[in-house]
Amino acid sequence: MLKKKPQRKLPTPDISYSSLVGLPAVYLRGARKSFGENEVLHDISLTINRGEVLSIIGPSGAGKSTLLRCLTLLDSFDSGELSYDSIVVCKPRGSELDSRAKKDPNPETGEHTLDIQPAIYDRAAMQRARMRFGIVFQDYNLFPHMTVLQNVMDAPLVVQKRNPAEVEEQARKLLERLDLTEHADKVPCQLSGGQQQRVAIARALCMKPRVIFFDEATSALDPRLTDDMVKLIRSLAEEGMAVGLVTHEMGFARAASDRVCLLLDGRIVEEGTPEEVFDRPSDPRTRAFLASPTKE
Amino acid sequence: MEVSIMFQKLIEGYGISLDIFFVTLIGATLLAIPVALGRLSRIKPLAWLISIYISLMRGTPLMLQMFAVFFAPYYVFGITMGPGYMMVAVLASFVINYAAYFAEIYRSGIQSMPRGQYEAAKALGYSRSQTFFRIILPQVVKRILPAMGNEIVTLVKDTSLAFSIGVIEMFTTGKALVAREHTMIPFVIAAAIYWITCLIIEALLRRAEKKLAYYHD
Repeated sequence: MLKKKPQRKLPTPDISYSSLVGLPAVYLRGARKSFGENEVLHDISLTINRGEVLSIIGPSGAGKSTLLRCLTLLDSFDSGELSYDSIVVCKPRGSELDSRAKKDPNPETGEHTLDIQPAIYDRAAMQRARMRFGIVFQDYNLFPHMTVLQNVMDAPLVVQKRNPAEVEEQARKLLERLDLTEHADKVPCQLSGGQQQRVAIARALCMKPRVIFFDEATSALDPRLTDDMVKLIRSLAEEGMAVGLVTHEMGFARAASDRVCLLLDGRIVEEGTPEEVFDRPSDPRTRAFLASPTKE
Repeated sequence: MEVSIMFQKLIEGYGISLDIFFVTLIGATLLAIPVALGRLSRIKPLAWLISIYISLMRGTPLMLQMFAVFFAPYYVFGITMGPGYMMVAVLASFVINYAAYFAEIYRSGIQSMPRGQYEAAKALGYSRSQTFFRIILPQVVKRILPAMGNEIVTLVKDTSLAFSIGVIEMFTTGKALVAREHTMIPFVIAAAIYWITCLIIEALLRRAEKKLAYYHD
């Protein structure tokens, strides 16, 4: 009945020209996002380079989750520019991505205005970008009806249409690395929270991403498991992965990251190495935030 | 008339009852998928039209719907149908009626799925149809099985409504035997057969639920 559409094989990431010339793995400039009248992200710019761990920290309600949702294309920025390596996911209207702008310059100045123009998303680029990043959700969102191995292998097989033998080999290696080998044939509900989280990490890594985001990676972990998580994140970075952490746990951010962004009320108020941000903050708002007893 | 002959006649009628049962079950199970998806569609006029259809099917008696389908060719279009049309009218009205109920069950199942499942699938690059068939549908089946069991058992007994437009299924046979033989025995036998049928269905559903109990969310 349904004729199968010939599907374009999605390319699996490899070392590209863009990474050799040093484009950041994640590039975000001038991003804004509002819900109705309420602007929750004001002019956010950030980059994550290969081999670098960036933490986005801040109190609840600062816009961390919204920022992560927009970065992972679960939601969209209203304006701004986002790219993964050379893949331009969205650009402001008026830039070369939007063909309308060519015919339609500003009637008074005859120029193409670039600032605070609505972001134009490129659907094909979005799908290619999804092959570049992985996300480990706060509550993991594993597929409960699949075994651990199926969870890890399904998207590489179904979405990336890769060779089953190759995918299984990679999946089993990842499970071994994450200390899950004996759980390969269990379903997620048979595992502890920490184990489920590691399955979610394996699922993300099996897509061979270049960027991996963690949403509140330590919220369900005891101190020992948090240490393991820091080690894992550092080793991923050493292998050249770009890592984005969204967290409100300062200790974890300090231990795991190369660079920290503090998000307060939808603005990045401080950015730097963990030492700079935590020990020598320059912005009075940062000092106030770090001093407040309820910095959760 | 001997009880064994009554039994034999009732079993003949039971064959027709089973025909109605299986055709409706399969037809409505399949038809309900597009109905449920249409009901959830972002195309507002379509969702609206389908919710009217569902409301009409649930808000009027199945017997009335059956009569409407049965008489429509003659009273609306002036066409006289052959005797075979009786069964067609029964099957058609049963399928469209049950599809409405099934679709509502599917919809409740689909809407009960946590948003995180869609988001995980989206982030991994699954297309909309891949997400539906690989992630959502298998989980929905487990969630809706108890509610579907209810409807399926009801369907077994609803097949007796075909009596009212003269399809000779088990209840029609039973009624005729009772009138002719002046005994309640055919009704007792028919009741036993309906009950046993439902017991078998319940057992099958329990097995299916057990099979799907390998995980919980």
